[in-house]
Amino acid sequence: MQSIKNHLSLVLALLSILFSMQVFIIAERSIEAYKENLANNYSVVVVSKKTLSKEDIAKINPLIAESFELSPDHVIKRLDSGIDAKNTELLKVTLPRFYKLSLKHYPSPSEIQKLTKELRNHAAIKKVEDFSHSHDTTYKLLLLFKGMVTVFSVCIFVVTTLLVFKELRIWQFKHSERMSIMGLFGAPMWLRSAVLFRLAIMDAIIASALSYVIFKGIESNEWIISQFQSIGIEIVIFDSIGDFFKLASVAIVLSIVLASLIVVWHKEEV
Amino acid sequence: MDKVIVAKNLSLSYSGHETIINQASFDITSGSFVFITGASGSGKSTLLKSLYGALKPQQGSLIVGGVELNGVTRSKLNFLRRHLGIVFQDYKLVKEWTIEKNIMLPLIINGYEKSVTQNQVDSLLKHVRLKHQAGKFPLELSGGEQQRVAMARALSHNPILILADEPTGNLDDYSSGLIWNLLEGANTQLKTTVIVVTHHIPESLNVDYKHFHIEYGSIYAVN
Repeated sequence: MQSIKNHLSLVLALLSILFSMQVFIIAERSIEAYKENLANNYSVVVVSKKTLSKEDIAKINPLIAESFELSPDHVIKRLDSGIDAKNTELLKVTLPRFYKLSLKHYPSPSEIQKLTKELRNHAAIKKVEDFSHSHDTTYKLLLLFKGMVTVFSVCIFVVTTLLVFKELRIWQFKHSERMSIMGLFGAPMWLRSAVLFRLAIMDAIIASALSYVIFKGIESNEWIISQFQSIGIEIVIFDSIGDFFKLASVAIVLSIVLASLIVVWHKEEV
Repeated sequence: MDKVIVAKNLSLSYSGHETIINQASFDITSGSFVFITGASGSGKSTLLKSLYGALKPQQGSLIVGGVELNGVTRSKLNFLRRHLGIVFQDYKLVKEWTIEKNIMLPLIINGYEKSVTQNQVDSLLKHVRLKHQAGKFPLELSGGEQQRVAMARALSHNPILILADEPTGNLDDYSSGLIWNLLEGANTQLKTTVIVVTHHIPESLNVDYKHFHIEYGSIYAVN
């Protein structure tokens, strides 16, 4: 029982760090997936005096992924009353060309501004509609969400790191008698601190294993899957190999670094 | 004969306090059995502490096992301590470890192989009559038994020098007898230098010994 108690506080603190880290990764992935969705649905419309080829348009800005010419038929249909076929054909020829441009990724406001400016500078282009107002709002919302998740994760990381540090110091006090006895028989520092490192690494492994179980559970949770589906995105919530490796590495490295700091800062007894 | 300890004009004090040992010079030959006596508070334990580097000389030179302890580095001190067998007044056993593991400590630190370690521990447990208690923890034993464990630990790695601080201070006759036998055996059979801080020199001891007495900060050779 005492042994479980000894481990519990450090395991929980490490688990909080890993949890906040994975939540941050999930939020990042969701934002990226959502941005991709937005990019697919977002387009810029330009009006040109003359016909432009796909190559001509692509040369204007590297952000442009593809361009499609919009058919003038729906405009002409509105003016249809009383115009004969011959005049309609003439009108088709004299009407400006409309192009819809799709982009490689969801642009930032500055990228939109640059794109609009470069399109307007083109000799043939008369008008550009970038829908920047609605774009800016969505983009700012995404940034706000990302910022909030980052701040939240960093706060949890800092607080729990301090908790881990404090817990390791308690361990050191618990083991100080043993460490000083070992010192009296000439044990080098690494051997005296071996228990501290062993406990820290063991707890890091336990915390990583627990985080694996938790995120595997979250990944297969129907309600969570449906939430992502409802906003039209599909992401990897927990990559069993890549994410687990990241979490385990962070837990082990953090434990070793904190244990080393405690050993280095510890005033050596004679 | 080699000198295992050489002290020249050695002064000892705890930081900020008055000098306890003042300008003492003495040497101890390898393989000798030495008693250090003196009244309570005379500085016997302080001198012993300085011999294993727990108290650095305030002045003068103190060489133990070829290592100058005035200004010694941590790694050199560790090296020296690995070749010492120390018996403390308060035993200094690791409470969380079994008797067996406590005796193993110097062997582990010195990197002995597991088979050697186990044989040595078994043999020592027999010598201190604690074979049946091997798996117990220190707090489950009496004071006399704990001191016998501490003695076995001090002997386990065949040290060049044994430093014992009042090893039989509060022990019954049986435990005291065992401890003196072990110290005597280490000195006569293994030629280990033994330094014992004590109030009373046992009369039954069958070894030639040197006797230093501490009084008013000075160390006198009695015999």
